[in-house]
Amino acid sequence: MHGLINRSIQCFLRDTYGAAVWSRVSAGAGLPPEGFETMLAYDAALTDSVIDLAAQELGKPRDALLEDLGIYLVSLEPLRRLLRFGGLDYVDFLHSLDELAERAHLAVPELNLPDLRLIPTGAGRYRLCCARRRGYGAVFAGILRAMADDYGALALIDAEEGAEAVAIELLQAQFAEGRRFDLAIGRVR
Amino acid sequence: MPMHVVVSCDGQIMSVGPTLQRVCGALTLVGRQFLEVFEVTRPERASTMRALLKLADRKIVLRFRARPSRQLRGHLVCLARGEGALVNLSFGINAVDAARDHGLNHSDFAPTDLTVEMLYLTEVKSAVMDELKSLNHRLQSARRAAEAQAMTDALTGLANRRAFDAALDRAVASAARGAPFSLFHLDLDRFKQVNDTLGHAAGDRVLAEVARVLRAQIRQSDMVARIGGDEFMAIVTGAGDLESLRRISHRIIAGIERPIDYDGTLCRISCSIGVAWSVAYDSPTARTMTEGADAALYQSKNGGRGRATIHRHDATDAAP
Repeated sequence: MHGLINRSIQCFLRDTYGAAVWSRVSAGAGLPPEGFETMLAYDAALTDSVIDLAAQELGKPRDALLEDLGIYLVSLEPLRRLLRFGGLDYVDFLHSLDELAERAHLAVPELNLPDLRLIPTGAGRYRLCCARRRGYGAVFAGILRAMADDYGALALIDAEEGAEAVAIELLQAQFAEGRRFDLAIGRVR
Repeated sequence: MPMHVVVSCDGQIMSVGPTLQRVCGALTLVGRQFLEVFEVTRPERASTMRALLKLADRKIVLRFRARPSRQLRGHLVCLARGEGALVNLSFGINAVDAARDHGLNHSDFAPTDLTVEMLYLTEVKSAVMDELKSLNHRLQSARRAAEAQAMTDALTGLANRRAFDAALDRAVASAARGAPFSLFHLDLDRFKQVNDTLGHAAGDRVLAEVARVLRAQIRQSDMVARIGGDEFMAIVTGAGDLESLRRISHRIIAGIERPIDYDGTLCRISCSIGVAWSVAYDSPTARTMTEGADAALYQSKNGGRGRATIHRHDATDAAP
């Protein structure tokens, strides 16, 4: 698993539950004291063991923890911005998820995100299928929920247990103001 | 097409896309002469409609004549005979600036336009570069720490043998270029008794105290190393003279002979010193200097310990 993913799990656990929880988890997983490096690759089993240890340590179901991870990721401004490049409104954004893995490859060729497929299932209803690995369904449920808030959309998001899929019901595309997003942010010319 | 211009045969702007009009602000484009609004600079200048139409299907570079003059990239297609031309424009490589300056969003670009993807890549690239920079920074610090550790004697914090050998090679090379130095070889006297009677913890305490004395007596720019159990070496740069070498030696011996308190017991040790002076050699090498200092140390030990000897190549100069 790519260091970027591992490192974001590390930052999530540390920022949300404190350094003590993270150091117990990381020691349990046999990680070095400095934890994961963002630009190195790690064995996928290590990622699973970190998540399992953290769920155990916190007494939380694994999927609930992963959903919180998804919400946490969107709270990071650089990541939120990259996701907002997906489209002008929430529906555009949902459709852009089909290209998410390719976009990630453009940025970091070694970064393999799951193949996502958005399937319309009725008026304002969609199903997002996440291929590849166990756990992505829950993470994306968290991401989609946080991004709905970010766009100011009112939507019901439910992870389908055991299916690595997320059910989306869009109730109102523009329910609230949503957070501001500019394509290009101020930088010195 | 949000960035298009339709130009009539006589060069008048008939219609423009909304993004292009937005970028032009208060200046209404429709009705004006295309070549009065835009200056075509590549592939060649075009000042007449005839010249402009000749640039069809080529990559055109043009800019606004009005300030701020933003550079654009264009693609001109001739329409049916007598109906003029369609020019589709884009911000090209300057898209980031244009998007920021005009607050453009997704809907300001054509669905086929990859400008938004370019903005995305620009941003993701700087994020990745930042990560790489910070990784480099961490690796660099870790390398420095590892290097320092590999060069340090853990007990006393002095340099170790490896660091000392490297420093001696540097000193010898400098001596060849006319920068003399002296090599001090120190061996503790009665250290074994301390270890045997009071234990290794006391021995460690004594070694740390010796290191403190050496650090105080040897300039920071010079080098002191612990090269064995109770053996130390120092490189003192500068020509000095025999008198000053003796003075340094005596100060070191006096410092080390001061009783060291260990849990209420006073440990009394001393040390013997041998010094080699690069000035005394025609072309000093690491080996000859080390041998010289060894020979002088041997002589100090034989002469009754607690003393220093300065090796003078052919003869030796013993001091009490």
